Amino acid sequence: MEIMADLCVDIAGLRLANPVLTASGTFGYGLEYQDFVDLSLLGGIIVKGTTLEPREGNPYPRMAETAQGMLNCVGLQNKGVDYFCRHIYPQIKDIKTNMIVNVSGNSPEDYAECAARINELDCIPAIELNISCPNVKHGGMAFGTTTEGAASVVKAVREAYKKTLIVKLSPNVTSITDIALAVQDAGADAVSLINTLMGMAIDIEKRKRILSIGTGGLSGPCIKPVALRMVYQVARAVKVPVIGLGGISNAKDAIEFLLAGASAIEIGTANFLDPTISVKVVQGIDEYLEKHSFKSVKEIIGICE
Amino acid sequence: MMKCVLDLQVTSVERLSERYVLLAATNPVGPLPEMRPGQFAQLRIDDSKETFLRRPISLHSVDYEKNEVCFLVQKVGKGTASLWQKQPGSTLNAILPLGKGFTMPLSPEQRFLLVGGGVGIAPLLFMGEAMQRQGARPVFLLGARSKSDLLRLDAYRACGDVYITTEDGSEGEKGFVTQHSILQKEKFDNIAVCGPKPMMMSMASYAKSKGIPCEVSLENMMACGLGACLCCVEDTLDGNVCVCKEGPVFGVEKLKW
Ligand SMILES: Cc1cc2nc3c(=O)[nH]c(=O)nc-3n(C[C@H](O)[C@H](O)[C@H](O)COP(=O)(O)OP(=O)(O)OC[C@H]3O[C@@H](n4cnc5c(N)ncnc54)[C@H](O)[C@@H]3O)c2cc1C
Ligand SMILES: Cc1cc2nc3c(=O)[nH]c(=O)nc-3n(C[C@H](O)[C@H](O)[C@H](O)COP(=O)(O)O)c2cc1C
Ligand code: FES
Repeated sequence: MEIMADLCVDIAGLRLANPVLTASGTFGYGLEYQDFVDLSLLGGIIVKGTTLEPREGNPYPRMAETAQGMLNCVGLQNKGVDYFCRHIYPQIKDIKTNMIVNVSGNSPEDYAECAARINELDCIPAIELNISCPNVKHGGMAFGTTTEGAASVVKAVREAYKKTLIVKLSPNVTSITDIALAVQDAGADAVSLINTLMGMAIDIEKRKRILSIGTGGLSGPCIKPVALRMVYQVARAVKVPVIGLGGISNAKDAIEFLLAGASAIEIGTANFLDPTISVKVVQGIDEYLEKHSFKSVKEIIGICE
Repeated sequence: MMKCVLDLQVTSVERLSERYVLLAATNPVGPLPEMRPGQFAQLRIDDSKETFLRRPISLHSVDYEKNEVCFLVQKVGKGTASLWQKQPGSTLNAILPLGKGFTMPLSPEQRFLLVGGGVGIAPLLFMGEAMQRQGARPVFLLGARSKSDLLRLDAYRACGDVYITTEDGSEGEKGFVTQHSILQKEKFDNIAVCGPKPMMMSMASYAKSKGIPCEVSLENMMACGLGACLCCVEDTLDGNVCVCKEGPVFGVEKLKW
């Protein structure tokens, strides 16, 4: 793959070779995709949601297909941060891109403890704090839906975590800019948005809700307009860099988010449809810049009025 | 075993009945990757506005000499209806091979019983073909609702001995596969099962009661098929595990059934 333009972006001191990251929960630990893509061509990989203690997640069924999207209620299944440090980190630490860990918890102390463990890992330059998971009872979105809750988690983590701290915001709120401002003031280095939108699906033959816990998070192309609007608004309200995601399926979608004010983007559900989409988006952004005579991707960030 | 995304080209479409289609496809740009019985492909559904995700379909048979892979598909909804409409020459985008497949040793000294119900017979042909190459001749026990749901019997007979049950008695013995007399008459060393869950569960308890190793192929709903999304989990004795990555074939001793 030949890249012509300067695709380099900077997220609060974290240097990305290009603005394309893969979204947590949709790209495993990167390893699941290495048969399909040269992982070093990505700006970064955000690995599965990790918690202090192991979690079994929600019962099956965890997925329902929707028009141009899907609902999931995986519920943060993971083997816990100790397992991650001991068994997964050694497998991923030599992947030549920014390996970022997505962190979740039940309390500010939980989040901080988990972040502190990851702070010790040399090859993890940043964490993304998930204060927006709609699929677990305690924590997750509970923190992400009030300015006080969000700030309390970010403050606790900020004390324990010294590297780049990205905070992932929930769209299931009245004003996402208020939450963004609150986490910025509490010490976030960057914000990423959006996590999934709360939704539901019903099986009319069984006359039952399809997902095991009744509701789930909506992702995919159907949420893109909502995500784009939120990224545009937040990018204008905060000083920290914004990472945009939600329904990005091709280079055109990614460029829309960059024009709206995102310094980088994440690709989620689209990886399920085409496991090679992430590198295609890198290439597509480069082609767009060349076609329109931009020398650097930084020139287009937030230039849409 | 390297996974890949391929734009396969459909070489033949055989509509076996109103509900079943046999698709053969080739890789026009190179050899197909190495694949194992029990593995599956994630097929992209191209011309359906109502579907979003890919659909998991078993590898039904693989012919490396012809560079051809076959899929046996039952029309149950929007995605499979779209596959049913495929024409020769059209593109079939596939991610394959996925999952782990059957693990039982294919030794000619062993007596194998391959049990299929409905479209669950699909992966068993590939298994039978592989056994035949190793000099083993398996017994197929195939169950269907009715005679018209029995598919490709000649292909199965070419690599094994075929026994049949139908629920309405229109072919073979009447009833379910678990009631077939062959289970009383013969002794088997290994059993592989794919079909509706109740059928797999009763075969599993039969195998357990006789102390015969038994593998079943699960059909949980999938999104990625790659072990990345954790949507397809089965609650096993090792906790929730991804059917797409750790399965779809599981030894019954691992399951909570
Ligand atoms: C590993 C694996 C291998 C498979 N191999 C084959 C095969 O070789 N041939 C074949 O015809 N089918 C196979 N299936 C089942 C096939 O994937 C589903 O029938 C298909 O996804 C249905 O899609 P649809 O759009 O037609 O139906 P939809 O419109 O999505 O749904 C129609 C109905 O089918 C049910 N359904 C949907 N997905 C599945 C599923 N994954 N399993 C069971 N029921 C489902 C739904 O609950 C619904 O009632 C396999 C499934 C798995 C997981
Ligand atoms: C199956 C699945 C699992 C997810 N798991 C996580 C997670 O563990 N942590 C997290 O912050 N977001 C998680 N997400 C949300 C995505 O990272 C992303 O925010 C969302 O899907 C919207 O982007 P998309 O439309 O590009 O997929 C998950 C999404 C899906 C579909
Ligand atoms: S379908 Fe995504 S993990 Fe199995």
